[in-house]
Amino acid sequence: MTLRLGPVQIERLSLTHFRSYRDAVIHPARGANVLVGENGAGKTNVLEAISLLVPGRGLRGAALGDMAQSGGPGGFGVAARINGPQGPVDLGCGTTADAPERRMVRINGAQATQSALSEWLTLIWLTPAMDRLFTEPASGRRRFLDRLVQALIPAHAHHAARYEAAMRQRNRILADERPADPAWLMALESQMAEHGTMLDSARRETLDLLGQKLAVVDHGPFARPVLALEGWIGLDQAAFTQELARGRARDAAAGRTLSGPHRCDLNVTHYAKQQPADRCSTGEQKALLLALILAHAELVREQRGEPPILLLDEVAAHLDPLRRAALFARLAASGSQYWMTGTDLSLFAGDDAMRFYLVKDHAITEA
Amino acid sequence: MSSPEIDALTQALARLPGLGPRSARRAVLHLIKRRETGLMPLLRALEGVAENLSTCQTCGNVDTRNPCGICNDPRRDSRQLCVVEDVPDLWALERSRLFPGRFHVLGGRLSALEGVRPEDLTIDALVARVANGGIDEVVLAMNATLEGQTTAHYLAERLERFPVRLSQLAHGLPVGGELDYLDEGTLAQALRARRPMA
Ligand SMILES: [Zn+2]
Repeated sequence: MTLRLGPVQIERLSLTHFRSYRDAVIHPARGANVLVGENGAGKTNVLEAISLLVPGRGLRGAALGDMAQSGGPGGFGVAARINGPQGPVDLGCGTTADAPERRMVRINGAQATQSALSEWLTLIWLTPAMDRLFTEPASGRRRFLDRLVQALIPAHAHHAARYEAAMRQRNRILADERPADPAWLMALESQMAEHGTMLDSARRETLDLLGQKLAVVDHGPFARPVLALEGWIGLDQAAFTQELARGRARDAAAGRTLSGPHRCDLNVTHYAKQQPADRCSTGEQKALLLALILAHAELVREQRGEPPILLLDEVAAHLDPLRRAALFARLAASGSQYWMTGTDLSLFAGDDAMRFYLVKDHAITEA
Repeated sequence: MSSPEIDALTQALARLPGLGPRSARRAVLHLIKRRETGLMPLLRALEGVAENLSTCQTCGNVDTRNPCGICNDPRRDSRQLCVVEDVPDLWALERSRLFPGRFHVLGGRLSALEGVRPEDLTIDALVARVANGGIDEVVLAMNATLEGQTTAHYLAERLERFPVRLSQLAHGLPVGGELDYLDEGTLAQALRARRPMA
C-alpha cells in the first residue's frame, strides 16, 4: 500500500481578498504552525483557506460568496505551493466577481475539477463547531465520516457526488405528477446503486481499519472510542437496485428516498465507560474526538504513505495541561504538518519547534 | 467615429465564443480594410450557410445538405451507429476520424432537474432506426457526466430487445468530462477501447 513516502506540506500559502485579508502570504514550517491573535482577528480564516484546497465546502461549510473580502473586488483567491515525495505542486482555488459562487480550481496553473484536489492533499480538521458532533443531527456525523473516508480513499468524493446527484434526479421524477418513465427511473437507480454501494463499502472499510487502529494505540489521557455504522444495512449493488425499484411508491409519498447510504449514522461509544458519546461529558466528548482524529491521522500515514495535514482550531485552550502536553507530543511524533490557533501564546510556550504567527489588523506576521 | 452598422457588426462578433470586444474590433478593422478579399468572401460564405443550413432528418447533424454529408456518404459503414448528445460531440468524434459508421444526435441529455424528458430527445427516432434493422453495433458516446451516463443507461434499456451489440466509450475520461473538450487523441482512445454496456 505504501507507494509514497514522507510528508506533504504547504511551503507557501497566499490569500487574496479572502475574508479579512486583502493580501497575505505565509511560509509555513514543516511541523507546527501556530496562529495567535484575539477572537475575531481572522485566525480561523487562514485554516478555512487551507481547507478549500480539498474537495468540499471548507471547514466552516460556508457559501463561497461569503468568503470574498467585503469591500473587495468581489472574487477571492487562495494559492498554495505544496511539496512532498512527488515534488512541488501549485494548488489554487477561488472565485471571480462575475461568478462568486463558482469555485475555480487550478492545479499547476491548469484548470481542474474539485475532486482532482484530493489527489494532492489530505487534510483533517477539528473546530469548535465539532464540539456538538455527537449531539447534532446525523447529517453532521455523516459529513465528518465522509471526510475521514475521503482522506483514505480519494475516489470517495466522486461516488458521493454521483450518488447524491442521481438521487436528486430520481426524487424529482417521483415528485412529478406526470407518470414516471420506468426506464428512466431504472437508469438513475442503477447509478445510485453503483455509486451508493461504493460509498457504503468505503465507509465500512474505513471504519474497520479505524476500529482496529483505535484498539491498539495508546490513548494516554484521551479516551478510546468505538465506532459503528447505523441506519442502513449495506446491500450489494443488485439488491440495492431492487430495493430502490420496490420503494418507488413509498419514496414518492415521502417526497424523498427512504433507503440508502445517505441514511447512515456514525455511532460512537466511550469504550471504558460503555456509554454513547452523546451522553458523555463535554470534556469526554472532546477527548473521544481527539483520540479519533489522532488515530485517523496515523491510519492515513500508514495507508497512503504520508501523514495528513492537521488543522486544529481552538483546540489547545480547552484541554487541561496534561492532555495539552499529550496532544503536542503526539502531533510532534506524527510527522504531519499541523496548524493550531489560540488567543494565548503562553499555552504553546516551551516548544521551540513551533512557528508562531501573530494575527492582527487583517495582517499576519511571523513572530 | 464608428457607424451604427459597424457597431452592430462589432457587437455580433464580440459575442462569438473565444472573441471579445477587443478582438472583435480588430476583426472588423481587418474586414473593412479588405473589402474584396476579406469582407465579401465572408459575407458570401455566411449567406451560403444561412440559406442552406438544415438539420439532417436522419441523424440530427447540422449541415447544408439534407440528408447530411455523413448519412449520404456510401463509404460509411451503415452497420455501426454512434449515438451522441449534441452536434458538437458528433463534430468532435469526426475530428478524431476514427468512427467509420454513422451517427445519431439526441439533441441533449435526460435531466429531471432541467425538465428534459425522454420525449424531448430524438429517442423514438433512434429506436425506429435500430428497429429497421441493418445495424450491428450501437456505440453510446455520452459524456461522462451523471446525466450523460443516465442517458446511456436509459438507451441501453430501450434498445435491449434488439439484436445489436451495445457499447460505451471507455470512460477513463476525466471525471465529468465532456467530449467536445477532449483532445482528439484521448477521444480516439476512448472510442478504440469501447466496451460492451453492462
Ligand atoms: Zn445525417
